Amino acid sequence: MAKIIAGVATSHIPAVGAALDNGKSGEPYWKPVFAGFEKSKEWIEKIKPDVCIVVYNDHASAFSLEMVPTFAVGCAAEFPIADEGWGPRPVPPVKGHPELAWHIVQSVVTDEFDLTIVNKMDVDHGLTVPLSLMFGQPTEWPCPIIPVCVNVVVYPVPSGKRCYMLGKAIRKAVESFDRDLKVVIFGTGGMSHQLQGQRAGLINKEFDTRFLDNLTRDPAALVSIQHIEYLRETGSEGIEMVMWLIMRGALDDMVEEIYRFYHVPASNTALGHIILENKN
Amino acid sequence: MSLSREYDDLPGTTVFDADMARRGYHLNMFCMSLMKADNRAAFKADQRAYLDRYPMTEDQKQSVLNRDWNGMLALGGNIYFTSKIAATDGLSFQQIAAMMSGSTQAEYAEMMLRGGRSPDGNRSKSEWKNRG
Repeated sequence: MAKIIAGVATSHIPAVGAALDNGKSGEPYWKPVFAGFEKSKEWIEKIKPDVCIVVYNDHASAFSLEMVPTFAVGCAAEFPIADEGWGPRPVPPVKGHPELAWHIVQSVVTDEFDLTIVNKMDVDHGLTVPLSLMFGQPTEWPCPIIPVCVNVVVYPVPSGKRCYMLGKAIRKAVESFDRDLKVVIFGTGGMSHQLQGQRAGLINKEFDTRFLDNLTRDPAALVSIQHIEYLRETGSEGIEMVMWLIMRGALDDMVEEIYRFYHVPASNTALGHIILENKN
Repeated sequence: MSLSREYDDLPGTTVFDADMARRGYHLNMFCMSLMKADNRAAFKADQRAYLDRYPMTEDQKQSVLNRDWNGMLALGGNIYFTSKIAATDGLSFQQIAAMMSGSTQAEYAEMMLRGGRSPDGNRSKSEWKNRG
């Protein structure tokens, strides 16, 4: 039986990827950011997941306004790296796990979540920056990745509650897969940030800290947060944090917080990161 | 629309909702085309002619030509799309964020280093009424 053993949440700031790709990770501005992931890299190296499910959002890379799926699962064997306007990131292509991905689709759609099946998709910084932060700069990624792409760009975007419930459905799907696989699920994006308009640069450390606290001990309190509160309190792009709730929903009710890191600023954004392990 | 629009009260923020997505469709699809190197080169060579390939409004075209980043958002542009124009110009996200918020690059970077813009005083349009 496959099993989700842990969850990782992390921001997916493009400038972090660019810093790493351009050899700037040792510069004073970026050094603390990468230092904050040293323990995480050691942790995941020890855990050695067989598969990672990475929940992220596309930033007008694979999906323009022609098609905007609310929840999409990448079922392909390989996902090319997107050219986001300055050439693709120099990172290995992402290998998928079509068998488990299709199984998740089968199970979750049966559970009444109407997912979009994607067999051809370039993946952007939303997916690759978390991989870089957790795995560094390998010549190939250490395990297959299942991208779960969430629309948090074009309103209406899904609610935190819907995301949390999707996490639960994904967990059920994984646990009914008939092979022994250790699975780690990533929730990415956030934390507080606003990239647009006169209010750009908004950061809410108090909200973010409470969000990190409750992610471990009281996710129910987070599930009830409405879009307007994310928008008002965490900036227009803080809504990405609903994707962390998919990760949280896929874990046990009781989890252990293994590690946490929070740093301001990374470009325009409050960088947040947490690792949660199921207790059993 | 009968849906709640509480977010209309947010200061300095455009929520990319159904109205904006409809209004900005061609503007955003123009931006999307800049993901290809050949298109970036063609746009740079003759911006006006390139824009004329898209059924955008004249206001939208002018906002692009003037690099009026907030104007593009008001006319239905989405930041993840308009940022592709910034990438074509060789500008970073932080540089256009500074421009949109009316700060110099140095002021904006300094604000971020001090912990970013506080939500206090920035939650409602009523709090911005008396600003200059």
